[in-house]
Amino acid sequence: MAFLSIEKLVKTFGTQTTVKGVDLAVERGEFVTLLGPSGCGKTTILRMVAGFETATSGTIRIDGKDVTDLKPNQRNIGMVFQAYALFPNMSVADNIAFGLKVAKKSSAEIAARVKEMLELIKLPQLGERYPYQLSGGQQQRVALARALAVKPQILLLDEPLSALDAKIRISLRDEIRAVQRSLGITTIFVTHDQEEALSMSDRICVMNEGHIEQLGTPFEVYNYPTTRFVASFVGTLNIVNGKVADSATGKLLVDGQEIVTSRSLNGASTGDALSLALRPEALTMGRANGLSNNLDGTIDEVHFLGSVVRIRVKFKDSAISLDTFNKPHLPPPERGQPVTVNFGREDILVLDGAPN
Amino acid sequence: MKQSRIAPWIGVIFGAIYFLVPLIATFEFSLRMERGRYSFEAYRIVLGDPNFQASFGYSAFIAVCTIIVGVALVVPTAYVVQLKLPKLRPVIEFLTLLPLVIPAIVIVFGYLRMYNSSSWLPLTGSARGTDVLLTFSYVTLALPYMYRSVDTGLRAIDVRTLTEAAQSLGSSWPRILLTVILPNVRVAVLSGSFLTFAIVIGEFTMASLLNRPAFGPYLQLIGANRAYEPAALAIIAFAITWACMGLINLFGAMGQQTQRR
Ligand SMILES: Nc1ncnc2c1ncn2[C@@H]1O[C@H](COP(=O)(O)OP(=O)(O)O)[C@@H](O)[C@H]1O
Ligand SMILES: [Mg+2]
Repeated sequence: MAFLSIEKLVKTFGTQTTVKGVDLAVERGEFVTLLGPSGCGKTTILRMVAGFETATSGTIRIDGKDVTDLKPNQRNIGMVFQAYALFPNMSVADNIAFGLKVAKKSSAEIAARVKEMLELIKLPQLGERYPYQLSGGQQQRVALARALAVKPQILLLDEPLSALDAKIRISLRDEIRAVQRSLGITTIFVTHDQEEALSMSDRICVMNEGHIEQLGTPFEVYNYPTTRFVASFVGTLNIVNGKVADSATGKLLVDGQEIVTSRSLNGASTGDALSLALRPEALTMGRANGLSNNLDGTIDEVHFLGSVVRIRVKFKDSAISLDTFNKPHLPPPERGQPVTVNFGREDILVLDGAPN
Repeated sequence: MKQSRIAPWIGVIFGAIYFLVPLIATFEFSLRMERGRYSFEAYRIVLGDPNFQASFGYSAFIAVCTIIVGVALVVPTAYVVQLKLPKLRPVIEFLTLLPLVIPAIVIVFGYLRMYNSSSWLPLTGSARGTDVLLTFSYVTLALPYMYRSVDTGLRAIDVRTLTEAAQSLGSSWPRILLTVILPNVRVAVLSGSFLTFAIVIGEFTMASLLNRPAFGPYLQLIGANRAYEPAALAIIAFAITWACMGLINLFGAMGQQTQRR
C-alpha cells in the first residue's frame, strides 16, 4: 500500500465544490507535484493533508493510518508555505528549533539538530540572524529546514518558489530536490509552473477544476498527454483542429490538407472532428519526403528568443509555433513568406475532447 | 504656491497657541507659590504629600492590573476573530467602541445596581471587591484603545500562516498565542498598555463613585482646596501622559526595526 493514500477526497465550500473526488497514491520517498492553474484546488488538497481544512468526504491515510480527522498538530507533517512564514520574533536557529522545543527534546539534541539542519540548507553561519535580515531565498531555505527538523513523515510545499526571483527559483529547485532525495522524504509539491513540475518531480499530477486530469512521470505527461487540457497546460503545445478522413488508416484532414498519424484515434470514426497536438520541437521547416507529414502555410510571426527562434505558421483557420535554433549566418525568415512544415507520423497526439 | 503653504502654517500656529498658552500659563503659575520669585515649592509639597504618593501608587497598581486583564482578554479575542470569525469583526468592533459612546457615569451606575452589597455578586461589599470592579470597569473604558491597537498589530502580521506553521510543527493553541502571536504584536500591546495607563491614572468618575482612593479624585480634591498645588499636579499629570505617549512612539519605532521584512 502507498505511503500516502488519498481516496475519493471531496471539499465543498458553501455551494462551490473545490475538490471533486481526488484519488492519489504517493509511494514512500516519492516526489509528487500537483500541477494546475490557479484556483484548481491544489492548495485545498494540501491543506486537507496537513489538517488545516477538514475533508467534506473521502479519506487520507499516512503509512496505513487514517488521519482524515486528526488535528494538524497531531499529524507530523512538515509544511512550507508560499509566503515567508518564519516567526519574525525568532532567530533562524530558534525558528528551526521551534518544533523540537514543542516536542520537548533535550537542549543538547536541539542544538545538534539545528546545526545539522543549517548545514543541510547550506546556511551554517546564519543561525543568529533574524528573518528580516535574510533574502527571500534564504528565508525559504530556513522554512524548509524548520519543517524538516522534526523529521516529519511527509513534506508539503505550497508554491514555495513563486515569490522569488527567476534565478534563485531555479537554483532553489535543485536544492529542494537534492535535500528531498538525501532524506528520502515523501513529498507533495504544489505549483502552477509546468517547468518547475517537469524538472523536479518523480510524478506529476495535473489538475483542473478540482479533479485530476492525468497522473504520470514528467516524460509521460509531457510526451503523452491524454487530454486536451494536459496537452495545452504542460509545455507550449500547438493544438489544431482536424477531421478524421479515414479512421482505419489514420488519415486526417487539417485545413483541407491530408496528414497521417501512427497513433490511435481513440475510437473516433470517419468524419469526426478531433483535437490534434504538435510539440514545437517536433516540427521542422521545409518539405520532407517519405513517411513524414507536410503542411503548407504562411509565416505569421517570428520571435527571436536568443538561442532559439520561435516561428508562428498560419494555416487557414489555425496556427502552430515551431522552434528553430538561431544560426548567425542564416537570417530568420520573414513574415508573410510561404512555408512548409513537416513532422513525423508519431508526433501527432490525438486528444480527448472535441475541439472548441 | 506660496499661498497654499501659508494656510497650513497658520493652522499649526493657531493650534500651538491653543494648546501651549494654557499649558505655559499653568506652568508659570505653578512656580509662583513663593512670593516674588519662581520656585518648585508647589511641586515639593505635592510630591511630598503622602496622599499624593498613596493615590498615585494605588492608581498605578490598578492600571497595571487593568493592563494585564485587558491584554488577557483582548489579545485572544482579536486573534480568534481575525483567524476564525472574520465575519464577527464589525460586531466586535462595535462592542469595543461602546465605552466611547456610553458615558462612564452611566456605566458605573449600572455597575452599582448590578454588584451592590445586596446583589447576587456583591463586589462593592468589600474594598478588594470594589478594586476588582474598578479594574474591570477600567478594562471596559480602555477597551476601544486596547482592541484597536492589538487588532492593527495583528493585521500587520500574517496571523493565519504563522498559526498554521506553528500548528504543523506540533504546537498547541496556548503555546501559539504565547510564543508566536503575542511576541509579534508586542509593540501594539505596549502602545495599548500605555494608553490604558494614561487613561486609568487620570480617571475620576468611576473611582470617585466607587469611592476608591485613586489619583483622579485626589486631583479633584486638591484642585478644590488649594491654589498653586493643582497647577503643579496638572503639569505632573500632563508629563506622565506625555511620557506614556513618548514610550508608545519609542517602542513603535523599535518594533518597526525588528519587524521589517
Ligand atoms: N476557505 C475557503 N473558503 C471559501 N472558498 C475557498 C476557501 N479556500 C479556497 N477556496 C476556493 O477554492 C478554490 C480553489 O482554491 P485553491 O485550492 O487555493 O486553488 P489553487 O491552490 O489551485 O490555486 C478557489 O476558487 C477558492 O476561492
Ligand atoms: Mg494555491
